[in-house]
Amino acid sequence: MKVDQLSIFLENRAGRLAEVTKILHEAGVNIRALSLADTSDFGILRLIVSDFKTAKARLKENGFTVGRTSVVAVEVKDEPGGLHQILSMLQDADINVEYMYAFVTQSGDSAVLIFRFDRTDQGIEMLLKKGFTIIPGEKLYTL
Amino acid sequence: MIYDVDNETLPREDLEALQLRRLRALCERVYNNVPFYKKRFDESGIKPQDIKCLEDVRHLPFTEKQDLRNQYPFGMFAVSRDNIVRIHSSSGTTGKATVVGYTKRDIENWGHLMARCFVAAGATSRDTVHNAYGYGLFTGGLGAHYGGETLGAAMVPISGGATRRQVMLLKDFEPTVICCTPSYSLFLAETAEEMGIDIKKLPLKIGIFGAEPWTEEMRKDIEKRLGITAIDIYGLSEIMGPGVGIECHEAQDGLHMMEDHFLIEVIDPASGEPLPPGETGELVITTLTKEAIPLIRYRTRDLTSLNIAPCKCGRTTARMQRVTGRSDDMLIIRGVNVFPSQIESILIETDGLSPHYQLIIERRGNMDTLTVNVEVNESMFSDEIKNLQRLESKVQKNIKEFLGVTARVKLVEPKGIERSIGKAKRIIDKRND
Repeated sequence: MKVDQLSIFLENRAGRLAEVTKILHEAGVNIRALSLADTSDFGILRLIVSDFKTAKARLKENGFTVGRTSVVAVEVKDEPGGLHQILSMLQDADINVEYMYAFVTQSGDSAVLIFRFDRTDQGIEMLLKKGFTIIPGEKLYTL
Repeated sequence: MIYDVDNETLPREDLEALQLRRLRALCERVYNNVPFYKKRFDESGIKPQDIKCLEDVRHLPFTEKQDLRNQYPFGMFAVSRDNIVRIHSSSGTTGKATVVGYTKRDIENWGHLMARCFVAAGATSRDTVHNAYGYGLFTGGLGAHYGGETLGAAMVPISGGATRRQVMLLKDFEPTVICCTPSYSLFLAETAEEMGIDIKKLPLKIGIFGAEPWTEEMRKDIEKRLGITAIDIYGLSEIMGPGVGIECHEAQDGLHMMEDHFLIEVIDPASGEPLPPGETGELVITTLTKEAIPLIRYRTRDLTSLNIAPCKCGRTTARMQRVTGRSDDMLIIRGVNVFPSQIESILIETDGLSPHYQLIIERRGNMDTLTVNVEVNESMFSDEIKNLQRLESKVQKNIKEFLGVTARVKLVEPKGIERSIGKAKRIIDKRND
């Protein structure tokens, strides 16, 4: 049920992000979703890609520090309150969201929320129990 | 003025006779009381009785900083712990720190030599001394303190930090002498200006500056901006602390070495051979009178040359030129001695950090800043900002705690650190650019 997310350490200077996209482009890897967290000195680029293994190998070859993190992708109706419903349930279950990002599917009627929980397995368990649709990695990579 | 006319103006041959007598007694003492030296002497095939003239000192083994580290904490002591009245130490983690002890007489000698220094700088017992060297394990603060008291001056033990308060006390207590690092004096001048105080108009007239390298240009700048005479002082904790040498205010041309207490040599750092006066090499010091931790031919790693020409102040002691550099990689940052290897051990001891680092030293305004760039590797990498920031502040805290210097720690991409011929360039010192 988990999704492999690629995390890349970037120094905060011009051109570093373009360097990553260039490597992925040349490797024929497609980006499904991304988020960038930054401080004044460095940033962490988080990506969900069509081919995790190739992307990781190519980036490493090119000297980037990369990591793998398990995240959870949840599909919700693209309407007001969709996110709030999930967050309040997580709160009740005392599961903390370390970070999250979202995108809207091509069909446009649903949104995909990517969560990084402090307790991933408990998070999944709770979401399933409440009847949410969790998108498995294999499906998300080829969406 | 000369504080100890008898000993500071000895004819060279009398001085050398005194040095020889003390050197021979020293060799006996260390050979009989310090197992480390007995072993070194035996290995070199030399006995204390073999020292017949001063030149024979060249047959004695050297002592290195690493020897002191290896004997941490008390292995180099030549007296029993009962006779120790003070212990100072350099910064550093275990295996990187050096420890020095003092007997009661060592402390008295130190006070006496520092009193000589104050007088050479132009001070008298009527002066008030603002002592901004750090008090504590660092030898600067207490060394200057006891010297001033020995002379009979009034000491203000302000220590380091709290700069605005320092300016306030410079104004209110009206000290006539200040002791601190040269760069700190300029920082004080800037702070005074910010506070609307004209530091030149204060009664301050003499500055005794040491613990970091400075230039003739910086001296002129300090003298102009503070309206004082700026005097260079030399010392190192392994040997005693401040007071090993000082410029006289009459000439301000080279530092008079306290030769009746220290045997001074300059050697070729590569071959170890002694160099004649005037040639630049590494300063090597033998402590002739130290009781607690006497050192034979200690390699200071400071590069300088000696001048034995008579000085117009009347002192007959050899003068050491301003230290021009180091024969090792020690850095002096805001008066604190830092070895890259000390930073390296802190990084290695911090979970998962790579030993790939680079130190960047810059001078912003008049203050030195140290930035430690550390390469991020997979084992320490996290996809959460807070974890990486926690790591940065942990390293920063450890550096502050173990080395006593504030550093900015910055994570960088792997291979972000320039490597020259496969070897990482560890230090970028931009201060002299």
